[in-house]
Amino acid sequence: MNRFSYLRAGDVAEAAREAAADPAARVIAGGTNLIDLMKYDVERPSRLIDITRLPGLRAIEETADGGLSIGALASNTEVARHPEVERRYPLLSSTILAGATPQLRNAASTGGNLLQRTRCYYFYDPGTPCNKREPGTGCPAIGGVNRIHAVLGASEHCIATHPSDMCVALAALEAVVRVSGADGERGIPFADFHRLPGDAPERDTNLRQGEIVTAVELPPNSFGQHHTYLKLRDRHSYAFALVSVAAGIEMDGDRIGRVRFALGGVAHKPWRDPEAEALLQGRPASAEGFAAAAEHVLRGAIGHKHNAFKIELARRAIVRALGQAAAGTPQSQTDKRIQ
Amino acid sequence: MPPIPNAETHVGSPRSRVDGRAKVTGGARYSAEFTAPDLAHGYVVNSTVAKGRITGIDTAAALAAPGVLAVFTHENRPRTAWFSYKYQDEVAPPGTPFRPLYDDKVVYSGQPVALVVAESFDAARHGASLVRVSYQAEAHETDLTSRMGEAYEPPKKRSGISPPPKPRGDAPGAYADSPVKVSGGYWAAYEHHNPMEPHATTVVWEGGGKLLVHDKNQGVLNAQSYVSSVFGLGKDDVRVVTPFVGGGFGSGLRPQYQLFLAVMAALELRRSVRVVLTRDQMFTHVYRPNTFQTVKLGANPDGTLRSIQHHSVTGTSQFEDYQEVVVNWTGTLYHCDNVELTQKLAKLDTYTPGDMRAPGAPTGLFAAESAMDELAYATGVDPIELRLKNYTEHDENEGKQFSSKELRACYEVGAERFGWSERNPEPRSMREGRELIGWGMASGAWEAQMMKTSARAVLTADGKLEVACATADIGTGTYTILTQIGADAFGLRMEDVTTRLGDTTLPYSPVEGGSWTAASAGTAVQLACEAVREKLFKHAQKASGSPLAGAKLDAVSFAGGRIEVTADPDRFVTIADAMRAGGVDRLEAEETANPSKIDQLRYTGYTHSAIFVEVRVDEELGVVRVTRVVDAVAAGKILNPKTARSQVVGGIVWGIGMALEEETLPDHNLGRFMNHNLAEYHVPVAADVQGIEVIFVDEHDTKVSPIGVKGLGEIGIVGTAAAIANAIYHATGKRIRDMPITIDKVLG
Ligand SMILES: Cc1cc2nc3c(=O)[nH]c(=O)nc-3n(C[C@H](O)[C@H](O)[C@H](O)COP(=O)(O)OP(=O)(O)OC[C@H]3O[C@@H](n4cnc5c(N)ncnc54)[C@H](O)[C@@H]3O)c2cc1C
Ligand code: SF4
Repeated sequence: MNRFSYLRAGDVAEAAREAAADPAARVIAGGTNLIDLMKYDVERPSRLIDITRLPGLRAIEETADGGLSIGALASNTEVARHPEVERRYPLLSSTILAGATPQLRNAASTGGNLLQRTRCYYFYDPGTPCNKREPGTGCPAIGGVNRIHAVLGASEHCIATHPSDMCVALAALEAVVRVSGADGERGIPFADFHRLPGDAPERDTNLRQGEIVTAVELPPNSFGQHHTYLKLRDRHSYAFALVSVAAGIEMDGDRIGRVRFALGGVAHKPWRDPEAEALLQGRPASAEGFAAAAEHVLRGAIGHKHNAFKIELARRAIVRALGQAAAGTPQSQTDKRIQ
Repeated sequence: MPPIPNAETHVGSPRSRVDGRAKVTGGARYSAEFTAPDLAHGYVVNSTVAKGRITGIDTAAALAAPGVLAVFTHENRPRTAWFSYKYQDEVAPPGTPFRPLYDDKVVYSGQPVALVVAESFDAARHGASLVRVSYQAEAHETDLTSRMGEAYEPPKKRSGISPPPKPRGDAPGAYADSPVKVSGGYWAAYEHHNPMEPHATTVVWEGGGKLLVHDKNQGVLNAQSYVSSVFGLGKDDVRVVTPFVGGGFGSGLRPQYQLFLAVMAALELRRSVRVVLTRDQMFTHVYRPNTFQTVKLGANPDGTLRSIQHHSVTGTSQFEDYQEVVVNWTGTLYHCDNVELTQKLAKLDTYTPGDMRAPGAPTGLFAAESAMDELAYATGVDPIELRLKNYTEHDENEGKQFSSKELRACYEVGAERFGWSERNPEPRSMREGRELIGWGMASGAWEAQMMKTSARAVLTADGKLEVACATADIGTGTYTILTQIGADAFGLRMEDVTTRLGDTTLPYSPVEGGSWTAASAGTAVQLACEAVREKLFKHAQKASGSPLAGAKLDAVSFAGGRIEVTADPDRFVTIADAMRAGGVDRLEAEETANPSKIDQLRYTGYTHSAIFVEVRVDEELGVVRVTRVVDAVAAGKILNPKTARSQVVGGIVWGIGMALEEETLPDHNLGRFMNHNLAEYHVPVAADVQGIEVIFVDEHDTKVSPIGVKGLGEIGIVGTAAAIANAIYHATGKRIRDMPITIDKVLG
């Protein structure tokens, strides 16, 4: 761990200004990811800008268009247990409750969850090369231990995944990330928030230097009970997803109306495929239809030595999850039996 | 002569841990929690290559950092013992032990290469991040599969570990002639112990060259002799005190490198030093080895075994030949005239593996009991029936009688409790909703041993007893059972007895391992208490007009602070009066319990179990849930059903982890374990564990130990993985021979 200075920001503008001024500074919220990375010497910030006392970033409130805005400092637990979230966005509650542990969820913030870093073993171990940690040093996961790595959208420079559960729901819900920086405020559609690794795997997101996440906005949606979050992992709780699927369907009788689904654990970002969603639109809910959509999602998938199984697993998980959503029987996050 | 116990009030009854309150309130101090006014903190720097030479260590930046006192490397370390045998501890396998900071050679990835000592932990950790080490890397090999061809039988056997017996009959010939054959190759993954308490040593510099060492270990005397031998110190100058151990599982049997580093720094800086390993550094020393096995069974159509061939290759380090018993179990459990068992090692550029809970047994029985299950299917004989058909009443490996063996009763009671008779043996025949249901079973066996151990008992006139022994309570409940034994010896309440453990000034004990502590320390405490009872009784008889005059020791009872004639409790003398009559206010005795040489020649001792498991498998998604476990255990006398059950349940939970989750992932390109944290190294969590039922089958055995105890720390894990694999086969028809059985393997 290195030596760093500490600043408690008074307002968003100050936090953004200070963050913009020093590329080595890091914003800290719940600290459940950043502090770990600092202990491992993966993150070596010159300065920590503490945003936890910033006013107004904890609120969960209605938006003008009938959606919901979630402040960046709202804890994962506060979001998952918020009555409006439970009522209108049960998919979001479900994904959050599928992740980590109650203790971590109490500490973790919404903004931090978006910006948590990959769990790639090599990224966490400064005793090894890693393009994401130290650009240009190589990617030992390719040809190394890659059980938890990406099968979609990866590059020859990095095959890491984004580990969040919550973000998989936010992708399916088409959330918008509100950010504030030196150039003012803007909203980033969720699909454009995280990036694929390409030749710059050190960059996880399209945030600009110094931009702070202030809120996540959810558009109104009408999935009702027709949603699910199916998370497959190496033990029944407290493990990151090998493959997960968040799905929501607007049923039109027994036909599929609007459908959104996203995958976790398979790519550098929550993976959504609008073409595959379009394949389902207007069709009856059927296993064959779901399989065709799954096939489409995975058409470009590339497996490595240890993670090739994810391709077939993802295919099956999509079919199962869409089935659960269509039937209106969302996966329970406490009863581990999969419907 | 077996001891004559007093009436049993506490022994045999469920009692809560006497140290439970201290543990949950923070009163119990662990090695990293002891402190001293002059305490300095050490932080370890580990190698990043698996093999090669250190070409340079730049410590300038670290030394210039605030608070840093010193950086120790192989270049400036103080002189320590030159001969490698001086580093050999009580349980070291044959070879040349790893010597921290010895020279510029790197022999495994993660090897400690420097220790930064500073005024605070944070300063030391910061300093460590500034140390720059350069290496000349050499080609390494960490992949067991590529060393299989060079596997060898260890030329020197590890003491205390039975090598495989000589072949009996002609196993390959009998196999060839057998009408029914099964054969398979089995893998067991690397596992790291990961007790909750990381390894830590606090050395308190007491002045005058004396050290008080608090070190996480499973044997204070072993740590003491290691330190005195390596650093050339008198034993009187090194006291090791480790009252509590936050889980050991074998990882504390041998001294780990933080002990060496902390003592070295304390001696050099002449002040107190603490070195605590981080969780990721817990993956830079001992672990359960990676093992490949083949099992071939030949049988008659009715299931009678004609041939057993069980071979294993286990990885070890370049510098030591670690050995554990992997294959012998097959030959001990079943009657068969043609048996061939071999165990080989393969050298890898890793640290030396070591004992982990029931070393070798769950690995070996995973293979053997999977093969037996396969044979049950091949012959159409029920798995329990098959085991009974091949049951043996004596240990054919050793040519000895069992001191006792209630395995038959375990099968019976376990099957009854589990409802085994309802099982449709057809694979894939049981299902509920989307899940296939599988029922599987396996046998378990673990050595019941007793080791030479001493204990002291001190009774004072106020009716308080202290019992003491150098052994460790690694979380198994040793404090509690010794307290029970002491309390019953004098008819006292548990609260009147204090048990002291984990201190080199206390009577001799070997390391705490092998499930031998309850039998060994328990007997020693019993003997010491008896010696005190005799003295007390003599004094009681001396009291003027003693109501006990003329009574025999075996005709009196100790209860409620008195010694009374059993047949006529109104005739009694109080402890206080007896002491007064003898002119003393305390009575003390130290006794040594020795295993009976004659019994050891004639008998072998084993704990047995029959474990039954229900799994539910979502085949399409590869998800396995263990929904029900029944384990029937025959382990001699059960001193405390409550702590005993905890031990067995803990073992079963670990067995679930072994079967389905636990695996340290090596990167063979880098020669390094990669998932070195508890987020990616998976052990079972609450959601993985459902109903577990433990049944103790009655077993009377005074040959195994005078108090009839066999030990329980390990048997719980032994058959669990095999039973789960067998249940998965029953559910899915898929025989998975590669642990852990993760989603990909169920799908594959
Ligand atoms: C053992 C373990 C298991 C876990 N399991 C799961 C799991 O199963 N599923 C899952 O989804 N997650 C899991 N997590 C991850 C957890 O969800 C994240 O650590 C958490 O959400 C991060 O939030 P935080 O507020 O603590 O972020 P911090 O650690 O404070 O910050 C993380 C990153 O976000 C940046 N940041 C924080 N807030 C903002 C902001 N408002 N604007 C700009 N940048 C910001 C920080 O600079 C930092 O780079 C697990 C974590 C641990 C330690
Ligand atoms: S996958 Fe990405 S994060 Fe992992 S080692 Fe490769 S570059 Fe680093």
